[in-house]
Amino acid sequence: MPSLKDLKNRINSVKSTRKITKAMQMVAAAKLKRAQDAAAASRPYAQRMASVVANLAGSMGEGSSGPKLLSGTGSDQTHLVVVLTSERGLAGGFNTYVVKEARRLIAELAGAGKTVKILTVGKKGREQLKRDFSELFVGHLDLSDVKGNDYSEAGIGLGKEITGRFESGEFDVATLVYSQFKNVLSQVPVAQQLIPAQAPENAVTIDLKGATYIYEPSQEEILETLLPRYINTQIISAMLESGAGEQAARMTAMDNATRNAGEMIDDLSMEYNRARQAQITKELIEIISGAEAL
Amino acid sequence: MASKLHFSLVSPAKELFSGEVDHVIAPGTEGEFGVLVNHAPFMTTLKNGVVRVLENDTTKMRLFVRGGFADVTPAGLTILAEEAVDLSSVDAAKVDAELEEAKNKLAAEGKEGPHVATLRAQVDYLSDLKSAIVH
Repeated sequence: MPSLKDLKNRINSVKSTRKITKAMQMVAAAKLKRAQDAAAASRPYAQRMASVVANLAGSMGEGSSGPKLLSGTGSDQTHLVVVLTSERGLAGGFNTYVVKEARRLIAELAGAGKTVKILTVGKKGREQLKRDFSELFVGHLDLSDVKGNDYSEAGIGLGKEITGRFESGEFDVATLVYSQFKNVLSQVPVAQQLIPAQAPENAVTIDLKGATYIYEPSQEEILETLLPRYINTQIISAMLESGAGEQAARMTAMDNATRNAGEMIDDLSMEYNRARQAQITKELIEIISGAEAL
Repeated sequence: MASKLHFSLVSPAKELFSGEVDHVIAPGTEGEFGVLVNHAPFMTTLKNGVVRVLENDTTKMRLFVRGGFADVTPAGLTILAEEAVDLSSVDAAKVDAELEEAKNKLAAEGKEGPHVATLRAQVDYLSDLKSAIVH
């Protein structure tokens, strides 16, 4: 049975924890708003970019192979799995879900006899994956320098790193695993193929009504500049989505934590009051029986 | 038949323009080109320069783009710019200051610094932007 003082200490400690979680929840809510706005602002560009790529890829003749970024190396033996997680914890199951999806993908690829290489972005994913797959790691990118929601530099850096590795023949297929922001309550981990570049299935292709494209300079040159940018755009929008998801997950997690702390304070206060009452009763009994003994 | 061209200009940061217009003139890498409604499918890369939106043969809006792509389809013209600003909202003094700063940075970086290419591109962009304001 804890003493009154112990109980009092615990109540105070839970109270200050609740203050912290409450503050974190409010900070996350404010950041979520900004992250959501940034993600929403980048969406038109990403969508247009996707439909341009879809148009271009659709108008590529059957015979012409196009740049390697689009057609692939002709093999799918070596896979690069890029895992995008957050830099900070205390976001509920946010990172765990992404890592779980990554593990599933890695196991599936390994089971099919493929060679898997892992590149992590964000500290949390690295910590969790390093334990089991440290020998598969080829690199890690830190996101701690990213300020606000400006992922363009980090995204372009990552895009360069990935295309550079691809060009030097380190892998055949690159897949990005990240958390897609559905809404505040649900973030879904998804695996998206980056290289060979794929136009999303839902991209709007425009009917050219039989006409053929005129290209300036040539189709190959356009594709060569367009594809790396398309990959960068996909990475940046994934980062923005993941950033918004992280804040949403943290907000929900901290809301739960605040509520739990409140319940705990109620329980502990109840226990504290019972113990105090019991002690008073005990003292009274002692006084009364002392008086009777006289 | 539609008599207006659907034009949209997007940059990674936001959608700057989307709507129906008469005529758009854009700076292609191989020369400036104009797009009217029912243009043949056409795709080109863009260089730094001014995109002009014309309504009844008068310039309605001037936007400065920093490279990118233009895609003309039967559905309209889409410009994907790396970076874009509406010239009517640009502050000339601010651009001057930024250009000065970028030049200084480039000078400080020397010839072999790791950021030379980025800084040079930034200086080019800002001086192009500056000359676009003057016109």
